[in-house]
Amino acid sequence: MSFEHLDIILIGVAILGVGILVSLLRLFLGPTSPDRVVALDTINTLVVGMMIGLGAYYEEVVFIDIGIVYAILSFVTTLFIARFISTRKEKEVGP
Amino acid sequence: MTWDWAMITILVLIIISGIFSLLGAIGLHRFPDVYTRLHAATKTTTFGSIFLAIAVIVYSIFRITEVGPENDGAFITLAAHTFIALLAILITNPTGAHAIARAARKTGIAPEQAVIDEYEEVD
Repeated sequence: MSFEHLDIILIGVAILGVGILVSLLRLFLGPTSPDRVVALDTINTLVVGMMIGLGAYYEEVVFIDIGIVYAILSFVTTLFIARFISTRKEKEVGP
Repeated sequence: MTWDWAMITILVLIIISGIFSLLGAIGLHRFPDVYTRLHAATKTTTFGSIFLAIAVIVYSIFRITEVGPENDGAFITLAAHTFIALLAILITNPTGAHAIARAARKTGIAPEQAVIDEYEEVD
């Protein structure tokens, strides 16, 4: 009885992992640097979702605490990269 | 009996979460532009992660009511921390998306098929 419900959550975590792999492709071949930042932000959100799912699967609260800290740190990282990008002109792209 | 309904609810929430996360990841490849990619990726993945968090909260609530008093504290903590993580995603993610869009506009990347630029006149 206590085995079936765990597999359902693991299926959701696996689907998020497939989404991370698809987004990683855009991170590698994005033409401009804001494209790469968008892909990185997507991966960060999906990793937080995976952490919540794994915390429910292993019944450990530590995973969800890691998810909270990861969400806040990835927010700071995104703001910093956006600030860094906006101070220079993009050379490789035309309208 | 009650546990079956809980499993069906959790399954539906997780299917919604998986569909929206996959749509966001596919939209990164199907759209031609930074701004449309941002539109596709950020909103749908936020929605998907929030639905996975709601599924975990529902699972914790059913474990609290079903299993008994020996495991209650751990699952109450799990539900509370998941709710805090949901709030963190909900606040930080649209703010980061706005910062990315503003940075992309400041680097001079025009939207695909754009004709006029009214923001240029403001500067």
